[in-house]
Amino acid sequence: MCGGRHGSPVPDLTSKLRVLMNSTLFVLASLDGLSYAALVFLVSVGLSLIFGVLRVVNVAHGSLYAFGAYLAATLSLLVTPISPWLTYPALLVASLVIGIVAGGLIERLLLSRVYGREEVLQLLITFAVFMIMDNLQRMIWGVQPIYAAEPLKLLPNVSIFGVSYTSYQVIVLPVVAVLALFGLRYFLRRTLMGSVILAVTEDREAATAIGINAQRVYLITFIIGATLAALGGALASPTTSLVPGMGTEMIVLSFAVAATAGLGQIEGTAITALAIGMARAFVIYLQPEFEVLVPYLIMVAVLLVRPEGLFGATKLRKI
Amino acid sequence: MKRTGKTLKLLAGVSLLLGVLGAPATAQDKPKELKIGITTFLSGPAAVFGEPGKAAAEMIAADINKKGGIGGVPVALSFVDEGAGGEALVSNYRRLVQDEKVDATFASISSGSCNQLVPLAEDLKMLNFMWDCGAASILEAKKYRYSFRSQANATPEMLAVLIYLLKTKPNFKTIAVVNQDYAWGRESWEIFSTALKQMKPDVQVVAELFPKFGAPDYSTEVSRLMALRPDVVFTTSWGGDLDTLVRQAGQRGLLQQSTFVLAIGESSVQRLGKDLPEGLIIGARGDHWFMHPEKKSDAAFKAFNEAFKAKTGRWPIYPVYHMAQAFAALQGAYDKAIKANGGKWPTREQVVDAAPNLEFVGFGRPVKLRAEDNQGLEAQLVGVSKKADGFDHMVLDNMMIFDAAKITAPAGQKSVEWLKTLKPDFAKMDVPVFQHGK
Repeated sequence: MCGGRHGSPVPDLTSKLRVLMNSTLFVLASLDGLSYAALVFLVSVGLSLIFGVLRVVNVAHGSLYAFGAYLAATLSLLVTPISPWLTYPALLVASLVIGIVAGGLIERLLLSRVYGREEVLQLLITFAVFMIMDNLQRMIWGVQPIYAAEPLKLLPNVSIFGVSYTSYQVIVLPVVAVLALFGLRYFLRRTLMGSVILAVTEDREAATAIGINAQRVYLITFIIGATLAALGGALASPTTSLVPGMGTEMIVLSFAVAATAGLGQIEGTAITALAIGMARAFVIYLQPEFEVLVPYLIMVAVLLVRPEGLFGATKLRKI
Repeated sequence: MKRTGKTLKLLAGVSLLLGVLGAPATAQDKPKELKIGITTFLSGPAAVFGEPGKAAAEMIAADINKKGGIGGVPVALSFVDEGAGGEALVSNYRRLVQDEKVDATFASISSGSCNQLVPLAEDLKMLNFMWDCGAASILEAKKYRYSFRSQANATPEMLAVLIYLLKTKPNFKTIAVVNQDYAWGRESWEIFSTALKQMKPDVQVVAELFPKFGAPDYSTEVSRLMALRPDVVFTTSWGGDLDTLVRQAGQRGLLQQSTFVLAIGESSVQRLGKDLPEGLIIGARGDHWFMHPEKKSDAAFKAFNEAFKAKTGRWPIYPVYHMAQAFAALQGAYDKAIKANGGKWPTREQVVDAAPNLEFVGFGRPVKLRAEDNQGLEAQLVGVSKKADGFDHMVLDNMMIFDAAKITAPAGQKSVEWLKTLKPDFAKMDVPVFQHGK
């Protein structure tokens, strides 16, 4: 086991905890947790936003994440010979293209027909979209892992307590996540369109009665949510290998984060993503065999005590 | 003359009649085609192995048919996707055997799939070659009649990598593992660490990390390893997981800090391109490398490699060679059975009887199917990554090819128990060394 010479006793958890808390490893684990939480937040908040407004649990969210990643990698590889710095706009363009085109098509062609119907029907439709997109992804990009790390390579590494981190990981990702959080808050609470979305979320019939086009609000909201998922994928693409099934991994984690926070809670999603990211990082230092379980243990513990989630409130504003 | 002409016509007619009457009898014995059912991953992350395996199967089958088939019978292939999951796989396997009436199967890549299908093949009395799965326990737990493994298992694969490490880096004191959290990741580490404990008991294991299968991020693992500074980092990860681990470790300098051992890294060398630095120890799950030092002047080997690259855009990787071995084993078993049957087409039972002790050659050293447990004895090639002119990826250098018989657990003995009997001197075995291009 970790830390043990063959045949020697395994240090107990308390001593491991003491070592961690009294050392620079605390800072290292926090940085790792932060960058992980940033990506998870971007994807989870899109899922949460869509549920908060449309009341649809979008299983296809993971596919939008994967498509965002694949398209970003494809565009990055295309523009790198021209100028490596063009890869950054490529990430954004990929997110917007997937969010607007794929998100718009899914909402208009499928979801718009089942609003107000049984939740299980909505779930099945988004699951079908997920399966179709998963196969499409394989047909378009194949099964071999794809990697496009140019955006990451452009930035220098930073050394923290003698351990090298990429700037992309500890600066770019957290900054984008924070911008997304405050941008969403500002959009929803300080702009006319945001107020319209909140009005439809609170009471669709009343909002429609005063002339608000609820269908358009749903479309715009879904596109924003889809774009956030694709942005998460696009930002992940320089750091990881793109492989079949990557969307599945992310949608499961995103559900855990969104459910723990309470579906529809933007700030709650940010705090929960951070908590889960940090918990995962610390567990890898302390008891790595529990790494996979951590997000779900937290989710189960929270939902047992607060079924509506940490920040959920059934009668209050949803977003 | 007229009489002679009539006689000739009569003889011709009788011959024709006998021919027509004889035809069905021959057709009953010798089928129109030899049907082979192949399970492979066509979806999911393991498709990185399954798709090249399928491409290889199609190429090899076409080549066999071009040469007249097996015993004069052309082969026909049916594929089943292992990625569809347990129940679907079992149903599809039954369909292959009972509805499509295949004559033999190659199952499978995943050890989980083999665990499910090998007992089923036994029930269905179906000749089966386990063409890529590596868990030693399958054939160690029970003796099967109908299933044979046409390659090595995880024990010699891990042992070869460990001996290479001990021979080339004898002074390392600390080691960490980063393996995928599923059966292969756990079992391969158990084999490696058990043998390590026997052969170099003073080594300290400073971290055992088992990130989730398909994990997109290894930042925390990399940070922890950078802080722990182990002399060696061992991994049996593969596919996108291995690529991500290597790249994230490389971007942050971990590959330069510790000696990395990629126990089945041969399959990632081309994909990783220049992101793979020099000096990493790389295993190949067999003696598989498209520039195999003992095969470089073998025309068939070179032609196959070129044809595969032309078809897929990449040089063959180990599952491709494993597929070739499964075909070689099938062909060898049929040829032997036909010979034993006096040149007549054999029954399935006769083919099964011919497989034990069969020796065949794929695209590496000869492989032998051990009669006692149907385990294939396959040599192991391990090397170190090195830059080479003319390649946009690393090549293998300082290659050692390990004799299968020396590093495979004896028949009737469980691998882990056998590993516990090894002594430090075991690593001092003589192994031929080959340099790239020489």
